[in-house]
Amino acid sequence: MPVGTFELQYRRRRLGRWRTTLAWGAVLLAALAVSAWMSEVSPAALLAGLPRAGQYFARLLPHLQWHHLLDGPRTEGSFAYWFYRIDLWLWLLLQTSQMAALATLLGAALALLLCFPASANLAPNHATYFVFRRVLELFRSVPDLVYALILVWAFGVGPLAGILAIALHTVGALGKLFAEVVENADMGPWDGVRAAGGTWAQAVRYAILPQVAPNFLSYLLLRFEINVRGATVIGFVGAGGIGQELYTVISFNYYQEISAIVVLIILTVSLIDLLSERLRSRAMDGAVR
Amino acid sequence: MKAVRDEGGRAMKTAGQVTAADIAAAKAAVPGAFGAPPWRRLQRWALAALALAWFVGLLVWFDITPARLSRGISGVWVILRLMVPPSPGAQWQDILQGLGESVAMAFLGTFVAAVLAVPLGLLGARNIVANLLAHLSLRRFYDGLRGMDQLIWALAFVRAVGLGPLAGVLAIAAAEIAVLAKLYAEAIENADPRQPEAVLAAGGTKLLAIRFGLLPQVLPVMLAQVLYAFESNTRSAAVLGVVGAGGIGLQIAERIKVRYWNEVAFIILLILLTVGIIDFLSSRIRRRLIA
Repeated sequence: MPVGTFELQYRRRRLGRWRTTLAWGAVLLAALAVSAWMSEVSPAALLAGLPRAGQYFARLLPHLQWHHLLDGPRTEGSFAYWFYRIDLWLWLLLQTSQMAALATLLGAALALLLCFPASANLAPNHATYFVFRRVLELFRSVPDLVYALILVWAFGVGPLAGILAIALHTVGALGKLFAEVVENADMGPWDGVRAAGGTWAQAVRYAILPQVAPNFLSYLLLRFEINVRGATVIGFVGAGGIGQELYTVISFNYYQEISAIVVLIILTVSLIDLLSERLRSRAMDGAVR
Repeated sequence: MKAVRDEGGRAMKTAGQVTAADIAAAKAAVPGAFGAPPWRRLQRWALAALALAWFVGLLVWFDITPARLSRGISGVWVILRLMVPPSPGAQWQDILQGLGESVAMAFLGTFVAAVLAVPLGLLGARNIVANLLAHLSLRRFYDGLRGMDQLIWALAFVRAVGLGPLAGVLAIAAAEIAVLAKLYAEAIENADPRQPEAVLAAGGTKLLAIRFGLLPQVLPVMLAQVLYAFESNTRSAAVLGVVGAGGIGLQIAERIKVRYWNEVAFIILLILLTVGIIDFLSSRIRRRLIA
């Protein structure tokens, strides 16, 4: 008898699960159909588009030839021929990384000022906390490229607009992360400084900052990695860096130069990620979590 | 008077009787407590000077001058004033359609990437493909691909398949595959190995072990990551149109070109609202999946 009950229960549960799976599957299919209709993606469009995409990416591949690989920049098929403007590109990549560094620093400085009143445990009252949190949210939710589009109008074409655009987005992104770190800080030192007569600002400086500094540094480096990626494309709208050059070579269909620049970008980003990862793990050695 | 002695037997005095001589003696005994040694201080000053030189150098290189900054800020102020009040303008249907297109692009692109990344994620997981060289090179490859921003993909696909949302969908899918493959691989590596082992021990094949031992463990994590990717792609899909890959970005770029700032403000607010709603819905589903 118990076996029969078990079988019955088992079958009933199985049926129920099948029903929910089917229901979710139907929702997914409907959503896919609506999205495909909205974005005008049809099997026919895919069938026409994908081979063209394949051809395009095939054209990007460099025509390297084994016996000419290490020849000079004038021989077709050599690395030097592929990367024939490497000096300019490396210079632009340096510019891009420095734009990201400056933007991260500016954004982090402002985030450092805004994060303490945006922490629930340090804000003098709930209204302050609420207002500062919303301000950070506002900074964060506009993508840096939209900032760049607007700032290029105000500051003119060039790296300055890009730096400020990335910095503005960074303020919001880092401010939120900083505030969350501060909210997890030990409040003992804070009470101590306040009890000894320290002001709010002194308590932040001497009780909170030493605790959170390693985490802040780690987040700053993480954001720097993200901003380097962002800085490589911010030039698409005229805001400086390698993006401007990349935009030009893609628009003019200089196939080999596209792949050369993309390879350089990937190498640079990976290198910076690697360095920053090292620094982050060193910064976190002294961190309390 | 009570003389207090420390562990080393040196004479110390009780509080309230500290004289300048005592302080000097203490400084001689434990210099570290009174601040960094001179060479360390010198090092700090040198580092600070170096950082300042770097900063000034960048200001010069990027031609950042107070005059340019103040001109730009007054320009921003003018733009901000023109943005109030935000207005949908005459072509509000285009705006709504662009917004729908962006969300649709993000959804389709994420879906395609989520499906295609499953085999790649399995291949990249150490506990599925045990070969160390294959594992390391594949994971490096995923990491490298991640260095290529979605917008680069978008620009390339616009050149390849023409203007429009199809380029956006392909760009989102192409950029997201590497990210999801890496996250999947990490989720699979973190799974409990005993459950697939049990399936193998009971006589199941490797495929069955993956299906019944591994998948039930990692599927919720993977789904949560897909939802998270969808959230982040809705944000990025909003700007893909700037390079011609469809969606609301095109509407923003067009209106910035003709300086309809109040309509730009309206679109930005609309994007914030949409992203907020999608974040809210998706985070609720994610919490249910993980719990």
